[in-house]
Amino acid sequence: MADLAVDIQNLTFSYAEDAGVHFAGLNLQIPKGERFGIFGPNGAGKTTLMSLMTGLISAESGSIKLLGQPIGVKKDKAVNKLFGFVPQDFSFYQELSPAENLEFFGAWAGLTKKQTDQRTTELLEVLGLQDVRNQPVEKFSGGMKRRVNLAIGVIHNPDILILDEPTVGVDVQTRHAIIDYLHKINDAGTTLVYTSHQLSEAEDLCNEVALIDDGQIIAQGGLDSLMEKYNQPTLEGLFLNLTGKQYRD
Amino acid sequence: MYKLKATIIKDIRILLRDKVGIALMFIMPIILVVIVTSIQNSTFQLVNKNRIAMMVCNRDTGKLSTQLIQSIDKIGMFKLVNIPKSESEESIKNRMRGKDALLAIVIPADYTQKITAKAKNVSGKALNSFGLNGDTANKKISVNPLTMYFQPILQQSYRFSINGALRSALQIVESRETLRQLYFAINEKPLPEALEKDLLNNQTNINEVPVSISGGTIMPNASQHNVPAWTIFAMFFIIISLGGSVVREKLSGSFIRLKTLPTDFMVALISKQITYLGVTVLQAVVIFSMGLWLFPLIGLPALNLPSDYLALLVVTLVCGWCAVSYAICMGVYAHTQEQANGFGAVSIVILAAIGGLLVPSFAMPDGFKTVAVFSPLHWSIEAYYSLFLEGGKLKDVIPNLLPLLGITVLIQLAAYIGLKKKNLI
Repeated sequence: MADLAVDIQNLTFSYAEDAGVHFAGLNLQIPKGERFGIFGPNGAGKTTLMSLMTGLISAESGSIKLLGQPIGVKKDKAVNKLFGFVPQDFSFYQELSPAENLEFFGAWAGLTKKQTDQRTTELLEVLGLQDVRNQPVEKFSGGMKRRVNLAIGVIHNPDILILDEPTVGVDVQTRHAIIDYLHKINDAGTTLVYTSHQLSEAEDLCNEVALIDDGQIIAQGGLDSLMEKYNQPTLEGLFLNLTGKQYRD
Repeated sequence: MYKLKATIIKDIRILLRDKVGIALMFIMPIILVVIVTSIQNSTFQLVNKNRIAMMVCNRDTGKLSTQLIQSIDKIGMFKLVNIPKSESEESIKNRMRGKDALLAIVIPADYTQKITAKAKNVSGKALNSFGLNGDTANKKISVNPLTMYFQPILQQSYRFSINGALRSALQIVESRETLRQLYFAINEKPLPEALEKDLLNNQTNINEVPVSISGGTIMPNASQHNVPAWTIFAMFFIIISLGGSVVREKLSGSFIRLKTLPTDFMVALISKQITYLGVTVLQAVVIFSMGLWLFPLIGLPALNLPSDYLALLVVTLVCGWCAVSYAICMGVYAHTQEQANGFGAVSIVILAAIGGLLVPSFAMPDGFKTVAVFSPLHWSIEAYYSLFLEGGKLKDVIPNLLPLLGITVLIQLAAYIGLKKKNLI
């Protein structure tokens, strides 16, 4: 079991005000070193699952373990050092510069001043933000903000990186830069858990996917094996075949 | 410690980039304190320098109306402007609508005649009571009233003061005339001028003594009243910056990201409280410094700082902490920045009003006095007044600081519950 990055057992959760999104006995195991994609239509429960995996909300029953350590246990935040989270929204301070944001979030991620400074320089360089390191983020383009969002998520070199639609609204260049960077850190040992609406990204990035709908995993496996199993030539075809064509929002 | 330091630095950076917030936290209260102190100081000096313009239409031709005008002039509250006795009521009103004066009085045509007759009557009554013969004792004399016109902008409190001053002048004229008539009836010669002065002018002076805790006798002035009041107002107005900052962090998802990091969220709350408590102390330093050094330069009375600096610091810190707690609580419950700013600002004005910052608590109706104890601004101003006006020490402000701390703890608790409910901690 120690080889699992994420281990979800019998997860039960529902929103009090919205009976539509819920999990009833969900099980999901993601091995260490995977590039794991979670896909599904709007309202399928992808973001809710991410929130549960990061401890933002608590499950009613069942367990979620990251590298063998339970998440969401009150007061114990040691497990939070193991993962980084890149939310869909720009979750940082737009008034501050990228360097100032990283300085602050580095401290909160448990790094020393020296470690934060070193990681800030590395990340700004590799994500192409060095030239604007001291400019307020509010003046940046959407793509630059996405890269800042990503840099904050990986400031502490986490073992697991959980990304909620990290490329939404960016141009092709930025999307490629982000995907390349994610490959790089995966090669260095970071497990990626990823959601996106861009099914083509699954082919670029993921070596295993789970299709989720109505709070349940309806298919899981390697891309090629899934397409072969359901006799679909593309991931999009597979997606529509399994989730249907009706609107979900 | 590094986490807290980094968080405080982050909060200071965000604060310094919020130009509107800084303007509202520092410039607005500075302007307010200067304007309100100037206006109130002007009101205090009404009897000395800034006399109220009053038109006088004297329809009487006798000597007593002239003496009445002299008596009114002697009060020192009014700048008298004589207008022709033929002026009609409408014409006087037109002059007032044209802002010639805030006030006008019309002395009736038979004023001297009626006052003289009344004086003779009273003197006759007096003679009768002495056992002498007073032949006018049973006549009933009715004196026509003095008419006072006033601009509606003149507040009721001013009108009461003016009414009192005019009554005092009328009383002097009537008393003098009665004395003269009485003296003449007994001695069959006029009252000597020296005796008349002795009888009428030897008034007992009023010695004003401020009852302070310290026993000091420094007279309170507009600065002593206004500087502490508007300092508290400024402190609580940080809600515009801090409340908005909390809402922005909630909406931007920064709080969400912080929750996923291996640091207790309390660090963020402690940082905000330290940073903005520093701002409130700085506000107090700036506004008190203005009272000390700028006010005398612009013709306002200088602020006298309390002798107990430790008590002043403690009161400032407790007031500041309450203001910061209130702003954070508002930010937690507000859904948008507009809500935090709008409701926050209006609620501060209401709390200031019921707390006695705008109208003194002693002048409030009983119901409001009861409600005032729920306003943190009430206990703040009471604590500051105890130091600035009564010369109190630290032990004297503790009865005000304890309820203020109690309210602060309740506000903190409400903020904590709000954060919990919104799943932010």
